[in-house]
Amino acid sequence: MLEPKSVKEVQEVVNTASTAMLIRGGGTKTALSTPYGNETVVDLSNLSGILEYRPEEFIFTALSGTPLENITEMLDENGQWLPFDPPMAKIGATIGGTLATGLSGPGRYRFGGARDFILGVKWVSGDGEIVSGGAQVVKNVAGFDFPKLMIGSLGRFGIISEITLKVFPKMNSFGTVEWDCGGIDSAITFVKEMTCTPIDLFALDLESNGIVRARLGGLSTTLNDRLARLSEYREGAKIILGEIEANLWDHLKEFLWLPDDYSLIKVPITPDLIPQLDACLADRQSHRKYSVGGNIAWIGWSGKIQDIDTLLSELNLGGLLIIGDSKTPWLGTASVMTVFADKVKRAFDAEERFLPL
Amino acid sequence: MYTDFVDELSKMFTGDQLLTAKSELIPYESDGLTAFKALPRAVVLPEQQSEVVDIVQLCHRYSVPFVARGSGTSLSGGSLPNTDGIVIGLNRLNRILSLDAEQRIAVVESGVINKNVSDAAHPYGLYYAPDPSSQGVCTIGGNVAFNAGGAHCLKYGMTSNHVLGIKAVLPDGNLVELGGSSLESIGPDLVGLFVGSEGLFGIALEITLRLLPLPEAYRTVLAAYPSMELAGDAVADIVASGLLPGAMEIMDNLTVRAVEESVNAGYPIDAGAVLIVELEGESSAVEEEFVNLQEIINESGAYNVRSARNEIERHLIWKGRKGAFGALGKISPAYIVQDGVVPRNQLGAALAEIDSLSQEYGVRVANVFHAGDGNLHPNVLFDNREDGMLEKAEALASEIVKMCVRRGGAITGEHGVGMEKRHLMTDMFSEQDINQMLRLTNELDQKGIANSGKMFPADRVPGI
Repeated sequence: MLEPKSVKEVQEVVNTASTAMLIRGGGTKTALSTPYGNETVVDLSNLSGILEYRPEEFIFTALSGTPLENITEMLDENGQWLPFDPPMAKIGATIGGTLATGLSGPGRYRFGGARDFILGVKWVSGDGEIVSGGAQVVKNVAGFDFPKLMIGSLGRFGIISEITLKVFPKMNSFGTVEWDCGGIDSAITFVKEMTCTPIDLFALDLESNGIVRARLGGLSTTLNDRLARLSEYREGAKIILGEIEANLWDHLKEFLWLPDDYSLIKVPITPDLIPQLDACLADRQSHRKYSVGGNIAWIGWSGKIQDIDTLLSELNLGGLLIIGDSKTPWLGTASVMTVFADKVKRAFDAEERFLPL
Repeated sequence: MYTDFVDELSKMFTGDQLLTAKSELIPYESDGLTAFKALPRAVVLPEQQSEVVDIVQLCHRYSVPFVARGSGTSLSGGSLPNTDGIVIGLNRLNRILSLDAEQRIAVVESGVINKNVSDAAHPYGLYYAPDPSSQGVCTIGGNVAFNAGGAHCLKYGMTSNHVLGIKAVLPDGNLVELGGSSLESIGPDLVGLFVGSEGLFGIALEITLRLLPLPEAYRTVLAAYPSMELAGDAVADIVASGLLPGAMEIMDNLTVRAVEESVNAGYPIDAGAVLIVELEGESSAVEEEFVNLQEIINESGAYNVRSARNEIERHLIWKGRKGAFGALGKISPAYIVQDGVVPRNQLGAALAEIDSLSQEYGVRVANVFHAGDGNLHPNVLFDNREDGMLEKAEALASEIVKMCVRRGGAITGEHGVGMEKRHLMTDMFSEQDINQMLRLTNELDQKGIANSGKMFPADRVPGI
């Protein structure tokens, strides 16, 4: 395992590694940071630190190995945050790993995900050179959108060294309304209805048993009125506030519901397809959480990876293995290797110094 | 070789789908950047997505350059033809293929006009958020190619933040499908990479867009200031307070007077600067934020403040701003509009520098801009009938953009590089950065036929 401490050292590593490189940040997404064969593990824990923070501009630049918790603490002091609830922060996820895996939490619903907050990036490509894209301003279309390319790229094009992100003013109060819709079909119908209301929901999640939770964030002076209004959308509303409310969403962000020894899979989805997925998983030993208005399914899976792979393929869904054991993390019909992707790969990693797509 | 190409092309397209007479080609010789003109050899107007694929495959086989064109509203010359090649006009690919109101998704062909998406979504209480001022004319395909912005992208982002999927034909004729219908995806964000690639990666045929619920309430304020500096400071204060308005726009005196003469929106013509701030969202939240906004504006030195009391008044405020570029045509025979970005806390200083540059060059500049994200639109006004004035105006425009980069900004916030700013790429990016971008274009477009000559400095790409 190599642990470069500077960007120059990262470049040296890229030039000298003798087998394909697997990049690790905090090692929290074990399926994506554990070698399967003889990959050279490049650990970026020492490539950590804030390079620039301009609170009045709502921008910061950090080295990719910087833990999310360090970033959150810094932003918090200035009443700012990354609203997309980057997951696994408490167990040491880094900003680089978050962006390379393209993971966003429940807050993604309101203002967008990781892809909507990244402004600039630098990475070391297959030939050891630095590629940079984007800018340190919130609005820029000059050059190609390399920052977006890096989102979800799992280190296949190179090693991210530096990232610039925009931040938002932090919401100071939250409240959640919870309904029991009785079953997944009614829950989906209700979620679709909630998605189209003009209520500014911060998060909208649901579960297999029909529980739907809508989170509001904003000024404390109007929160109670807004929660009351939200409650009127369906009978049986339960308002949750305070520490219990915060813990509820932390539980989801940190995947505390995932039993030990279970695999974790992310499946991008749309609300209409959830009932069928859930029905297929219901009699297998699995846990399901549906987030972002029904646009992400998080599956906790106790069986073999080949089985969930087959199941997802049969349903024409793609999945990303986050925790679990598999040579390739792309499951189901995740069609990552397209003609387009192949050309991008050849542009930045012609000699396959990094793992294949 | 070219005659063989034309023979095959004429067999594929007949009647009004293939234009070759000079009189037919002239309307395509320029786009919104009227200072640049080039006549293509032919213009093809496909009516089906498969026809676009056929044309691109034919162009690839014969190595004939092509330029895709929507409505030709590009302000950076993005659809300027290549004199050795053809223009592929996408306006007839104008079908909205589906609109799923429950899941807030629309699938449209690339020739669909931006505003038509919102109009189609409106009966369902939804809209398509990116609103470039040309939205009544420009196409989604063009928006995708240039990652179009607009006044309301401060809160919800640019085109790229609203595109979920793209079906495109690559320069070598391969068809690809990127992304899908979900807000989330797996794998590298190739949709994000394609958006804003200025036609260099091929042609988008079909695009999946996300729609948002119409805001329940708006609070739109128009404030007049004695100076630009005070208006700029007000914006900084609003941003610092934690408010996130839907839009924040500033216009200078020259622009305000032009707008009043042309559109009659009721702007105070003696103002040094006019600031528009719009809050949008849930009623109770907007009302509360409006109280905060009023407090800030009242202490910011505005001498005339009015808020829209209804939808009609709100539209009138925006009519002025959205008609600004057109209105400038009343006070100047020609102008170049620039698009540089500066960090927000540099706004006041940047505007002061534009003013002194304007005086130094002896050329007027009318300023309109998206103050909320530091995106300037200095309109360099000149008389193109006067010898040497175009060159002087271009020189001043370039100076302004370089100034933006010196202040830590960008050369283009939303109009793209195209032809107009390709010589400025080296001010913002190093030689190495440009090499890396070229590696990508060379891999995707080995024959160099997709909108070639755009985006990169002239000495790095085949000329037009």
